[in-house]
Amino acid sequence: MLHIEQVSKVFNPGSPDEKLALSHINLQLRAGEFVTIIGSNGAGKSTLMNLISGVLFPDIGSISIGNQAVTSMPEHARSRFIGRVFQDPMAGTAPSMTIEENLAIAKRRGKRRGLSFGVKRADRKWFKEQLATLGIGLDDRLQAKAGLLSGGERQALSLLMATFMKPKLLLLDEHTAALDPARAELITTLTERIVQEHQLTTLMVTHNMEQAIRLGNRLIMMDKGRIILDIGAEQKRKLTVDKLLYEFERIRGAKLADDRVVLGG
Amino acid sequence: MLGSGFWTAMYKSFELGLLYAIMALGVYVTFRVLDFPDLTVDGSFTTGAGIAAIGISSGLHPLAATLLAVAGGALAGMMTGLIHTKGKINPLLSGILMMIALHSINLRIMGKPNIGLLNQETLFTSLEKGFMFIAVVGALVLVIKFIIDGFLKTDIGLALRATGDNARMIRSFGVKTDSTIVVGVSLSNALVALSGALVAQYQGYADLQSGVGMIVIGLASVIIGEAIFGKRTIARVTFAVLLGAVLYRLILAVALQMEVDSTDLKLLTALIVIFALTLPRIRGNMKQKAVSRKRAVEMMKVGGEG
Repeated sequence: MLHIEQVSKVFNPGSPDEKLALSHINLQLRAGEFVTIIGSNGAGKSTLMNLISGVLFPDIGSISIGNQAVTSMPEHARSRFIGRVFQDPMAGTAPSMTIEENLAIAKRRGKRRGLSFGVKRADRKWFKEQLATLGIGLDDRLQAKAGLLSGGERQALSLLMATFMKPKLLLLDEHTAALDPARAELITTLTERIVQEHQLTTLMVTHNMEQAIRLGNRLIMMDKGRIILDIGAEQKRKLTVDKLLYEFERIRGAKLADDRVVLGG
Repeated sequence: MLGSGFWTAMYKSFELGLLYAIMALGVYVTFRVLDFPDLTVDGSFTTGAGIAAIGISSGLHPLAATLLAVAGGALAGMMTGLIHTKGKINPLLSGILMMIALHSINLRIMGKPNIGLLNQETLFTSLEKGFMFIAVVGALVLVIKFIIDGFLKTDIGLALRATGDNARMIRSFGVKTDSTIVVGVSLSNALVALSGALVAQYQGYADLQSGVGMIVIGLASVIIGEAIFGKRTIARVTFAVLLGAVLYRLILAVALQMEVDSTDLKLLTALIVIFALTLPRIRGNMKQKAVSRKRAVEMMKVGGEG
C-alpha cells in the first residue's frame, strides 16, 4: 500500500546546521498493516511522516501510495489517500466551527468542494451515529464549537475525522503524547478499535514503548535517520520493553538515552 | 431641543451607514473569517466608486457600471491574494502594496481626481431619500448578508472558514489554502467595491481620496457590531456587522452635531476602534480576577475548616 524507496532528506543544506534527517529509507507497507515507529529525538520519525503526507518533499528517492506515485504531489492533493492525526489536540479541528461542520469538512477529504451546503440533513444522522461510536457523548453536541471540547475530546474527534472516510493510509503522529494518562488510554483504545474495524493501513509514531508494543502488527525502530530494527507480527507478539531496550543497545552499542522515550504505562 | 437639522443628519447617516455596511461585510470576510487583515480596502473602495462613476458618466447603464465596479474590486482582491500566496509576502504588506498600486490605477481609471454625477441617472435616481430609501437599500443589504451567510455554510465556505481558523488542518483534508485565500480576498474586495460604487452614486460624485481610512471604518463597524450584538453564530455576526456600520455612522453624526471638527473624525474613528478592541479584554481580565479572588476565598475557608 505504501512504498518508500531510497528516500533521503537533508535539512539546512550547506549551512553549519546541516543535518541528514533521513538516510536511504526503504519501507514497504502491505494493505492492512499497522506499523508502530519508535525512536529517540531526532531519529527522523516526524520527518518521515511529513514526507509521506507531503508537508516536506524528499531530496532523493520515491514514495507511492497504492499504485500512485506521490513523491512530488502537494499535500492537499495527496490528502485524498491519507488520514492524519497530529500530536497537538488543537491541530486536527477548526476551533470556531461546530462539530458537525468539522465532520462535514472531513467528509469531503480529497473531493471537489462546491456550493452545496456542507452539512446536509442526511449527514446529521450519520454524523451522530459516527460520534456515538466514540462513546464519549459527543453525539448530542453536533452544534457545539470544537474549541469548547477538552483536549481528549478534540483528539477523539480528530481521530474520527481522519478515519471515517476510510483513507488508504492513516498517519498517527504521537497522537496521544500531549494527553493525560487517562485520556491517552481512551484514544489508544479507540485507535486500536477503529483501525481494526476498517482494516486501515496505519503508520503510528510514538514515544511510548509499551504502546508501540501493544498496538499494531509490526514495529520499526529508527535512529539517526535510519531504520535500525524491523520486527514482524510473529516476533512482535513475544516482544517486551526489556527485549526492545536490549535490542537497541545491541545494535547501537549505547544506552537509549532519551528522557522522552517512555518505557511503559 | 434638537432641531430638524439634527434629524436630517441622522437620516442621512443611516442611509450612508447601510451603504457602508456592504463594505463592512467585506472587511468581516477577510479580517474575521480568513484572519487576513486586508488593507486593499482603502484602494478598492475608490476603484469601485471610480469605475461606477466613469461608467455612468460615459453613458453606461448604472447597473452595468455597478457590476463592472464589483468585478474591478474582485480583481484587485485577487491580486492581493496572489501577491500573498504566490509571492509569499506577509498579508499586511500584500494589502499595503496593492493599496498603493491602486492609488495610481484609480487615477488612471478616473482620469481626474473627482468625477461628478449630479445630472446623471444613477441607481438611486428614482428612489426618494428617506423612508423608502432605507427600506429598499436595507432590503438589498439584508439579501447580501443572507447570501454571505449561506455561502459560508457551503463546502467552499466551510473550507474558507477553516483556512482562517486552522490552515494546517484544512490542508490535511485536501484544501489548497492558497486558493481559498484568493477566493476570500476577492469576494471581500468585490463587496467593498460594490459599496464604493453605491456610495458614489448616492453622494453624486466619486473622489480619488474617498477610500482613505476605509479599512479602519470597516474594522470599527465589525468590532462595534460584535461588541454590542454578539458573535455566537455567523448569521448573528453578519447582522451585528451591518448594525455596527450603521451605528458607526450615527456616532459620527452625533459627533459632528456636537461640533467636533470634521478633520478630527479619523482620529475619533481610531480612538473608537482602540476602545472597542481593548474593552472586551479589560472586561475579561476583571471578570477573571473576580472569579479567582472568589475561589481563593472559598478555598481558604475550606482549608481553615479542614
